[in-house]
Amino acid sequence: MEDHWEPKILAFLCNWCSYAGADLAGTSRIQYPPNIRVIRVPCSGRINPLFILKALQSGIDGVLVSGCHPGDCHYLSGNYIGRRKSATLKRFLEYLGFEEGRVQFSWVSAAEGGRFSQVVDEVTQDIKKLGPAKRFVKGSVELGVRS
Amino acid sequence: MEERSKAIQDRIREKAKELLSKKAVDLIIGFGEWTLPLRTTPIFIRSPEGVDRLIWNSFCENNLATYLHKFSHFKVGIVVKGCDARSITALSLEKRFKPDQLFLMGVPCQRMVDRRRVEKAVKGEILCAHEQGDQIIVEGEDFKKILKRDDFLYPSCQVCTHRTPTQANVLVGDPIEETPLIETHPEVEEFDKKSPEERWKYFEKESSRCIRCYACREACPMCYCAECFVDSSNPNWIGKGPSPSDLEFYHIVRAYHQTGRCSGCGACERACPMEIRLTYLTQKLNWDVKELFNFETGIDAETPPPLSTYETEDRQEFIK
Repeated sequence: MEDHWEPKILAFLCNWCSYAGADLAGTSRIQYPPNIRVIRVPCSGRINPLFILKALQSGIDGVLVSGCHPGDCHYLSGNYIGRRKSATLKRFLEYLGFEEGRVQFSWVSAAEGGRFSQVVDEVTQDIKKLGPAKRFVKGSVELGVRS
Repeated sequence: MEERSKAIQDRIREKAKELLSKKAVDLIIGFGEWTLPLRTTPIFIRSPEGVDRLIWNSFCENNLATYLHKFSHFKVGIVVKGCDARSITALSLEKRFKPDQLFLMGVPCQRMVDRRRVEKAVKGEILCAHEQGDQIIVEGEDFKKILKRDDFLYPSCQVCTHRTPTQANVLVGDPIEETPLIETHPEVEEFDKKSPEERWKYFEKESSRCIRCYACREACPMCYCAECFVDSSNPNWIGKGPSPSDLEFYHIVRAYHQTGRCSGCGACERACPMEIRLTYLTQKLNWDVKELFNFETGIDAETPPPLSTYETEDRQEFIK
């Protein structure tokens, strides 16, 4: 069972940069791990920390949040606001005892198809090293995964 | 200590009477005597004759700012400690009050007594308690014990460095020197040294005792969302049952929503009937905000809350 385990990774990609970057990776036929499930959001500042927590609770092994590079935001300041939320959330989750790397953040522009595949590659490698998420997953107590 | 409290109490009553007689405010929120020892209750006074019910002692632990949400159409005079005043400043930044709607009677706080610590220090039920000098005298059916007041303070009060409510319209009592009794929150420091596994175990253990009464939310002045995420059924963020994961979810989000907003008063922890440690979460967030954005809640009435603003130079070493 463990041998065949593949991580499930949820990627929140901003409509204007990272999603277009992922699109470019696709149209350029660049290969990247199929472990990510993409959710398109209007902006990285739109991401409510509840989204990330809900994903982790539902059994997602890793979360990637990706938006425009600083200064490139379609809404001018959305990614700056998102950056502050990400910084505090990441620190807080790690303080609580979540493994470092379960939740990751990146900047990928619409022109960076190659970089997108590289980011997904790195994130997938990291999550594979961490193994399946056990903490916080709903049902894990009932199923006996954690006591 | 006792004489000082008495003097403060007299001045609170005097000021409250003046405000109500002049009709400068519609009501006064303050602390009043309650039936249980080591406790006080929030009271709401509308006529000058009632001001003698106002009291001040080392058991005035509630954060009265919480009650302001119920009186948004009134002019309110309120008795505030340092932490209450900082909560009010934070709420003002979120545009909760009209200008000049509030009149703050600030009391430089002597740090409040932790009733649970006192209860644990004696055997049997405490029937009456009072302060004398630096001591608390507790009496029960067959015992009388004298305790040193400073050994029985709330952890959030021990680390407090903002005891004088400088934002107040009038200060009742002289400003106090702002030195913490202990440098850092003992729990946060201890917790921070543990490994992620141990930290998660501790958090899991603490939150597993939660009975979802939401007393922590109700006691907190910053928890005023019209619909809390736990009450929302569409989207259904969180299961309504006692699943451990849902209890953890609640505590993570309740704490995280306080980022840059928590004054560290500890009202959540005091309200908890299961004695779950909660301030070690919010205190950490306060430190993070201080370290990352150099922001302290409620100190400055001009600086916007940290998560509603940004600097282009914010730290981003964690972003790929």
